[in-house]
Amino acid sequence: MFPPKLKVVTGMARFLTKRILNMIPLLFIVTLLSFGIMQLAPGGPEQVILSAEADAMSDPAQMERLREKWGLNDPIPVQYFRWVGNMLQGDFGRSYYYRLPVKEVLGAALPNTIQLNFFSLLLIYSISIPLGVISAVRQYSKTDMIVTATAFAGQAAPSFWVGTLLIWGVAMKSNGLIPTNGIATPGVNFETYGWLSVLADRAKHMLLPLTVIVFGGLTSLTRYMRSSMLEVLREDYVRTARAKGLAEKVVIYKHALRNALLPILAVSGGLLSSLVGGSVIIENVFSWPGIGRVAWQAVNNRDYNVSMAVMLLGAVLTMIGYLLVDIAYVWVDPRIKYD
Amino acid sequence: MAAPHLNVEAEEQLQGLAREESQFRQFARRFARNKLAVAGLIVLLLLYVVAILAPVIASEPLDARVNLAERFQPPGTPGHPLGTDNLGRDLLSRMIWGSRISLSVGFVAMGVAVLLGTLVGSIAGYFGGSWIDIILMRIAEAIDVIPVFFLLVTVVAVLRPSVFNIMVVIGITSWPGLAYIVRGQFLSLRQRDFTEASRAMGATDARLIFRHILPNAVAPIIVSATLRIGWAILSEAGLSFLGLGAPPPAVSWGQILSVSRSFLKQAPWLMFWPGLAIFITVLAFNFVGDGIRDALDPKLKR
Repeated sequence: MFPPKLKVVTGMARFLTKRILNMIPLLFIVTLLSFGIMQLAPGGPEQVILSAEADAMSDPAQMERLREKWGLNDPIPVQYFRWVGNMLQGDFGRSYYYRLPVKEVLGAALPNTIQLNFFSLLLIYSISIPLGVISAVRQYSKTDMIVTATAFAGQAAPSFWVGTLLIWGVAMKSNGLIPTNGIATPGVNFETYGWLSVLADRAKHMLLPLTVIVFGGLTSLTRYMRSSMLEVLREDYVRTARAKGLAEKVVIYKHALRNALLPILAVSGGLLSSLVGGSVIIENVFSWPGIGRVAWQAVNNRDYNVSMAVMLLGAVLTMIGYLLVDIAYVWVDPRIKYD
Repeated sequence: MAAPHLNVEAEEQLQGLAREESQFRQFARRFARNKLAVAGLIVLLLLYVVAILAPVIASEPLDARVNLAERFQPPGTPGHPLGTDNLGRDLLSRMIWGSRISLSVGFVAMGVAVLLGTLVGSIAGYFGGSWIDIILMRIAEAIDVIPVFFLLVTVVAVLRPSVFNIMVVIGITSWPGLAYIVRGQFLSLRQRDFTEASRAMGATDARLIFRHILPNAVAPIIVSATLRIGWAILSEAGLSFLGLGAPPPAVSWGQILSVSRSFLKQAPWLMFWPGLAIFITVLAFNFVGDGIRDALDPKLKR
């Protein structure tokens, strides 16, 4: 009993180590990319860093002191390695706009983005999987047509347009019942209002952004689920199951669904990445204080340290997403080997 | 009959031509059977005619004078079928001018992406498993792993937004997907007999890649490119919406939408029409893309 189990565990451990080791060169290229992009700025990043210190620009002596202070006189490779070295020690530099360490700026924003996208993913999966199954089982029926049409619409409709439409058509006509921006009503806290109203308040704020994200994110997953289910339904083992006289429900939900879910896993990593990227727009439409909004503000205020860190953070989040998908894959499908 | 040998050769050539002809016809026939795809194609043709004829059709020039007396006229006002904007300019004219950026960005960005993706994908796939392949794919993955909008806003902002920069940057950030597809095709095609045969006959690597293998990988490239045009249009609109679009007097649908946010109460039509235009255009491209995919190779269905 014991040895085979141990073998599985060490196999998984080896797979994980290998996967994580593979991430290192990738991360290295990502740091090169984000650092390189900043060097593309006309006049280099220093122009921006210096102009953030308002009055420094007019005084050459003070400018020189700042250049020295921020290490801008060093050769670019030196600056790069110092940046990477500092990051390895957990120091992401200072935000020139917020006048705070970058880590604090991102640390405050990240949970908000994760909160929004966690519920989005939950909803997207719990809606798109049944929708895709129904659509496939009743191929070419009215339900299938409606589902497919909605999927096409969700793919083509710009998220900021859907968001603005909702703000105009729903929130602005709800007499303040549905908020259009922010994550919570200021002042609503556990002590004075109790957890129920805090929860309700939070949910109210999430309503519109969630709707937009889910509408946009549903589409690809539903279409994948539908085509994957259609494929599986044509397989021999499904026919066998039917021939055995099993109930249609059992055939679909016990035999077919399980296998049809595999390709869905494969596209989940990409879904996560597009949700994180899409947060730049969604968080902007609804003034959601997450990393998408921070990314946009950083770009607008030429807050380069934040921009670089945000790109890196996005990449790390995506890589974690892919890793989780891989683990799930190995776990679900015994045909896939660890290496 | 006098020179049977010659005849056979000529006939073979003719047959080859006929086969090519019928292959295209087959494609056209399959495509024509897909009603949504045909409808999409018609819509797109109409939109492009409008964009090209903008100077003739639009009632106001691109740099129309600000006319505050006529601001926020609702749709249906005589002379302003879609109403006017916050500066009293005719919305329909603005949208006609705006169609030019929105409709060209898809093609240019896709052109850049196809060029880069095909180049990188073919080289990586041809030398599959070697260090060139590993390095190229790692770079592709690194770009892919940064959430695309983070990359887009940053690069566009750093380079300063302009029509040219936006198109190129959208292309540069979206080639990895294409490179994977092309690489996959190459990995399987380079094992085939015809490749081996040409290599044995002394063809160079470049010749093998571009003359022998690449033509066989065209179908999936076309399909994936068409389906991504919609994405490029959405990206441009998103950038413009975030205030990172081409600066005035250039106008795009996303930019009109962006401005409309401040006037949601007075003038909701400013937000409605450009959004609808983007929606319809992207929808049409997706329908056409799906149609091409199904018509090129019914087996290619996802």
